[in-house]
Amino acid sequence: MSRAETQTPVEDLVVVPIRHYGLWIGTAITLVLFYIVAKALATNPAFDWPTVGKYLFHPSIMRGLGQTLLLTVIIMTLSVIIGAIVAIMRLSPSKILNAFAGAYVWFFRGAPALIQLIFWFNLSLVVREISLTLPFLGTLFSLRTNDFMTPFVAAVIALSLHEAGYMAEIVRAGIKSVPGGQAEAAGSLGMNRRLVLRRITLPQAMRFIVPPTGNETINLLKTTSLVTIIAVDDLLYAAQSIYARTFETIPLLIVVAFWYLFVVTILSIGQHYIEQYYGRSDQQQGVSKRRLMQRVFGIGRMARPA
Amino acid sequence: MNSKAINQVRFGVPDDSMVFARGVRKSFGTLEVLKSIDIDVPKASVACIIGPSGSGKSTFLRCINHLEEVNGGVLLVDGEFVGYDLRDGKLYEVKDSLLCRRRADIGMVFQSFNLFSHMTALENLIEAPMMVKGLSRREATEKAHVLLERVGLGGKADNYPRQLSGGQQQRVAIARALAMNPKVLLFDEPTSALDPELVGEVLQVMRDLAESGMTMVVVTHEIGFAREVGDQLIFMDQGVVVERGTPREMIANPQSPRTQEFLSRVL
Ligand SMILES: Nc1ncnc2c1ncn2[C@@H]1O[C@H](COP(=O)(O)OP(=O)(O)OP(=O)(O)O)[C@@H](O)[C@H]1O
Ligand SMILES: [Mg+2]
Repeated sequence: MSRAETQTPVEDLVVVPIRHYGLWIGTAITLVLFYIVAKALATNPAFDWPTVGKYLFHPSIMRGLGQTLLLTVIIMTLSVIIGAIVAIMRLSPSKILNAFAGAYVWFFRGAPALIQLIFWFNLSLVVREISLTLPFLGTLFSLRTNDFMTPFVAAVIALSLHEAGYMAEIVRAGIKSVPGGQAEAAGSLGMNRRLVLRRITLPQAMRFIVPPTGNETINLLKTTSLVTIIAVDDLLYAAQSIYARTFETIPLLIVVAFWYLFVVTILSIGQHYIEQYYGRSDQQQGVSKRRLMQRVFGIGRMARPA
Repeated sequence: MNSKAINQVRFGVPDDSMVFARGVRKSFGTLEVLKSIDIDVPKASVACIIGPSGSGKSTFLRCINHLEEVNGGVLLVDGEFVGYDLRDGKLYEVKDSLLCRRRADIGMVFQSFNLFSHMTALENLIEAPMMVKGLSRREATEKAHVLLERVGLGGKADNYPRQLSGGQQQRVAIARALAMNPKVLLFDEPTSALDPELVGEVLQVMRDLAESGMTMVVVTHEIGFAREVGDQLIFMDQGVVVERGTPREMIANPQSPRTQEFLSRVL
C-alpha cells in the first residue's frame, strides 16, 4: 500500500472531494418543499391567477403604486437630509447639540412608526392652529391644523422623522468609519472644516452609508403600507378598496406583493451600481457581477466540491 | 508696524527664523507631554528631531501647524503665531478662515501617508490648490504633473492610493504638500511605515527637497539621513530638548548620557 503510494507520480494523484451529506439532505428537503409550494400555487383555486392577471395593471392599482413610490421618494429624501443634519450635530463638539441629536434618535427611532403616524394625523387634537406672529409685523400666517394635515402630509412628516432617526445613525457610523488622519491631512493643507466634511469625509463615508441606506429605502418602501391606516391611497389601500367590494382578497394581495417585489428588485439593481460608483477607488475586477446576483437574488456562497 | 515686526522685537526672533519656539508647553489632561521646548529653525535649513517613543516629537510637530493647541510659550512660524493674533499683550484665537490660510503655508507629511483614499494621485494633488487657493483645474493639474514628475511618479497620476506601494504613496503625499507652495515642510517619521527597501526612494526625494532650499523639520529614526542632510540635530526625551547640535558632532560625540544611550541603541 505505502509502496504503491510512493510509486505514484505526483501529477497522477487523485483528489477525492469530501462528501457533504448534510448538504445533500438539505437540498433534498428543499426540493420537496419547493414541489409542495409550487403545486399549491398552481392548483389551489384560492390563488385564482386569472384574477391576479386582471388586476395587475388595474388603473387604481397603478395609481396606488404611484402614490407608494412618491411617498417613498419624498420620505427618503427628507430623512436623508434630516438624518445627515442630526448626525453632524451628534458629532459636533457642542454638548447641547450632541444631547439634542441623541434625544432625537432615541425618540423618533424608538417610538413605533404606526403610533407616530396616527399621532401626526391627529395633531389637531393637540394643536388647533399654527400661526407665526412677530412683534410689529403682526400675524404673518395662520393655518388651521386640520386644513393642512392631510393624510398624505401626516404620512410624510411622521415617516420622515421616524426614518431620519435611522438615517442619522447610519450617517454617523459612516462618518466615524473614516480614519481621522484624512481630516487631519486635509486640515494641514488649509482646508476648513466645512470643506473637509464636504470634500474628504463625506465622500469616503458614502461607501459605508450607501449600502445600509439602500436597505432602508427597501424597508421604507414596505413600511409606507402603514399609511393605509390613515387612508392614504397607496398600493395596499387601493387593493383593499377593491377586495372590500369583490372579496377577491388573495389575488389582490398577490398583486400587491408582486409590485412590491418588482420595485425592490429594481432598487437592488440601482443600489449595486451606486455602491460600485462609491467603491471605485478599491475595485477588484470580476467580483461585481457576482455581487449583483447576490444583491438581487440573495445568492450567497455557492456550494462547491472541496 | 506689522504683527511680524512686533513679534520680532518683543520675542527677539532672528531675521531668518522660520520656526521659533520658546518655552512651549503642552499637556493632555494631567500628562505633561512638552515641558518648555526651545527650538530655532532658520529658513532654508533642515532640523532633524530624534528621541525615544513617547518623548513628544509628534506632539511638537502638530503644535507647529496648530493641529494641537499649545498650553503655554511662544511658537511662531515665519515670525507669526499660527492659531492666534497678539494684540494688547493678549493672544486672540484667530478665525477659522485665517487659521486655514496660515496652515496652508505649512506642509505636513504623516507617518501613515493619509492620502485621500477616494481620489487618484492627481486628484490628491489638485484638491487643496483648487479648493483653498482657488486655482483653476487646468493650472492645478499642470502643476501637479510637474510635481509628480519631480517625485518620480509621472506615470502614476491616475492611480488610487491603494494601487500604489507605500513608498510611492509617501512620495505622492510629499508632492501633495508641495502643491501648496509651503514655506516649511513638517515630516513625522515619513519612512517608519515603509518596508526597508522603499525607505531609500522617499529619503532621496527629501534630500532633493533640502538641496532645493526647502525649510524642513523632520522627526525621524533615520540617523544616516539626519547626519547627511540635517543642519541641526535635536534630541528630545520626556518632553524636553536634551541636546542639540550639528548632526556630525552630536552623533560622533554626544554630551548627555541620555543622548549617548539613545544613539547607542539606534546606531
Ligand atoms: N491626543 C492625545 N491625547 C492624550 N495623550 C496623547 C495624545 N497624543 C499624544 N499623547 C501622549 O503624549 C505623549 C507623547 O506622544 P507623541 O506622539 O508626541 O510621542 P512621539 O515622540 O511622537 O513618539 P513616537 O516616536 O512613538 O511617535 C505620549 O505619552 C502619548 O501617549
Ligand atoms: Mg510620533
